[in-house]
Amino acid sequence: MIRDNKKRPIYLDNHATTPVDPAVLDAMLPYFGEKFGNPHSGTHFYGWEAREAVELAREQVAELIGAAPDEVYFTSGATESNNLAIKGIGRMYRGRKDHMVSCVSEHMCVLDSLFNMEREGASVTYLDVGADGLIDLDALADAITDATILVSIMTVQNEIGIIQPMAEIGALCRERGVFLHTDAAQATGKITIDVKAMNIDILSLTAHKYYGPMGIGALYVGRKPKVRLEPLFSGGGQENNMRSGTLPAPLCVALGKASELGLAALENEPARLGEMRDHLLGRLQVALPGIHINGSMAHRVPGNLNVSFEGVRAEDIMAAVPDVAVSSGSACSSASDESSFVLRAIGLSNDLAESSLRFGLGRFTTAEEVDYAADRLIAEISRLRQEKQDAGIPTRILDEVK
Amino acid sequence: MRSIYLDHNATTPMAPAAADAMNAALRECGNASSVHWAGRRARARIDGARDAVAALVGAAPADVVFTSGGTEANNLALCGLAGRRLIVSAVEHGSVLAARADAEICPVDEEGRIELDALRDLLGASPAPALLSLMAANNETGVIQPVAEAAEICREFGTLVHCDAVQAAGKMALDWRDLGADLVSLSAHKIGGPQGVGALIVDAGSDLKPMILGGGQERGLRAGTENLPGIAGFGAAVGTLAEIAPLAHIRDSIEDRIGAAARIYGAGAPRIGNTSCIGMQGVLAETQVMAFDLDGIMVSAGAACSSGKVAPSHVLSAMGATDEQANQAIRVSLGWNSETADADEFVAAWLRIYARLGPKQASAA
Repeated sequence: MIRDNKKRPIYLDNHATTPVDPAVLDAMLPYFGEKFGNPHSGTHFYGWEAREAVELAREQVAELIGAAPDEVYFTSGATESNNLAIKGIGRMYRGRKDHMVSCVSEHMCVLDSLFNMEREGASVTYLDVGADGLIDLDALADAITDATILVSIMTVQNEIGIIQPMAEIGALCRERGVFLHTDAAQATGKITIDVKAMNIDILSLTAHKYYGPMGIGALYVGRKPKVRLEPLFSGGGQENNMRSGTLPAPLCVALGKASELGLAALENEPARLGEMRDHLLGRLQVALPGIHINGSMAHRVPGNLNVSFEGVRAEDIMAAVPDVAVSSGSACSSASDESSFVLRAIGLSNDLAESSLRFGLGRFTTAEEVDYAADRLIAEISRLRQEKQDAGIPTRILDEVK
Repeated sequence: MRSIYLDHNATTPMAPAAADAMNAALRECGNASSVHWAGRRARARIDGARDAVAALVGAAPADVVFTSGGTEANNLALCGLAGRRLIVSAVEHGSVLAARADAEICPVDEEGRIELDALRDLLGASPAPALLSLMAANNETGVIQPVAEAAEICREFGTLVHCDAVQAAGKMALDWRDLGADLVSLSAHKIGGPQGVGALIVDAGSDLKPMILGGGQERGLRAGTENLPGIAGFGAAVGTLAEIAPLAHIRDSIEDRIGAAARIYGAGAPRIGNTSCIGMQGVLAETQVMAFDLDGIMVSAGAACSSGKVAPSHVLSAMGATDEQANQAIRVSLGWNSETADADEFVAAWLRIYARLGPKQASAA
């Protein structure tokens, strides 16, 4: 039943990164070849050609999130965007408004940027999340003070896929006169985002989470109300002085194409992914007792599933199923020994957090792959549990089965 | 009409090997931080590129921090050591000059080389720990800085040395220990690799502080999912550098043929072989660039990042050029696919423009 060794393992880790869509690849490749110009070269055709492509890409990114093109700044990815947003606004308003509000389940690069601002003298309130993974809007309202300059809440959580109510959060922030930043790295191309309707002032996104390449992202910075940011780094003054450095034209083109495809995909892809995801969950639940779903199913991106399997460690499951690529927790922390701080934040014990798997279904995942993955997981998890039982290691779940 | 690209210092076409490496990496999926097979394969590609980039400057793989390009590498070096006083030469790239508002400028001579006596005076003026940022070769003139000599002076004062080697890489020997540099910036798209990736070479024991925080990638000095295809392309581009034929004879053949009428900036100093900064008396650089463009020849008026701005080049001004002279200089920069025939066509075009618009014409009118 195990797949032929020569076959590539099944990829169900689309939150870590996604494959590049062939149409994106086709769009970008000419800019690695004959259209290689520096988009800032103003004196010749090669430069103009690259510039035109970059500006079209900017429009495509803007359209995906309901922004104007001149509100989109290219960066090297979401980590840089998040750093630029949080440090940039904190430093710009330093000494006037020095308080920020965020939440405990943000991506590490948001948290690290906030910790940095605390070292630079700001204060930060970190909202808790419930067992469902959602923040409490009343707690957010209470946390905002006269000194608050920024609220930063991620649109979609990278481990449990929880979608925060951005429209409500945005309305509250607008009413209270504070800026709203959102890390939308896991959201773009997967759920509809409209920065104007949702009152989002700053938004981070990255291509490689929605079928574009690594190394390119963007920061949306709204003009109404006008958000001012201190740049992270300086130089040639590109991107309206917001972000110096030669724009990588092929990568910008790719981000634009990925955005165009992402917008179009919103019509059918979420439903297809949701069906496959629910099918996967259903098969696991029917075959295996002792399954915990982490976070709310109702407020989750369709491609995400995060479940804990009582009595078995995630790393043992992954080792037993090398032909299916999944993860426990986020990729950045994959190599560390600590269990997920996100899962502990929604109330999981250390044991359950260490027995959780994150599944990320994507555009190129097929129903056959999902069934294969379910077969293999059910077989191996049952085997691992049986081995434990044979070795006389008591687990609650095995007692239940008996 | 054949188009002749003589603007390699702005960006250089991708080397085929680099394009192949990127192409392969773009068709695979994997986050280098993931522990599964796809992640491990991505990690292996990055490690291979890290080895190649390290070898380019004689560093250890562990000394390489991948960034989004030269600008970020320069900013990381200078802002990451913000506790130190900063001295920069007057001809540095904009990303060095603008990185910190407190930078102190060390003058250069008429050839654009740093004044070592002035450097010594600056260092002696304060006991505070300092950092010197001195480029290996200038992007507008190609002039090679005496980095090793400057570093020797710096060592007497306990001053660290950062070297922006973005334009020098692949065009001159660049062993960072020989240069005496503690930090070195590199960029892929100037050496046949892709835009959007570069590196800072920095000792594992350095007290450099990161600018971009998050997932702890790149030794904690540069967070963010590694730009895998870009890094793979960077590594492959480095691998092609040894095969590039020397370019100095092509450059020299241009200068030999127009030199009597032209002003070549930095010609009295050692230069990398691919760059020539050429002043044509009486003709604005913008006009020259347009005229060359009509002939299918792409050159630039100064650095690409400042193309479109009207201010005269700070590099030429620092070398003593008047604003008028600086505004009459164009930059010709050759690369891996340049040919002798390119030089012939450039020279023919230059002489035509000179005959039509040059000083003789102006005085006759």
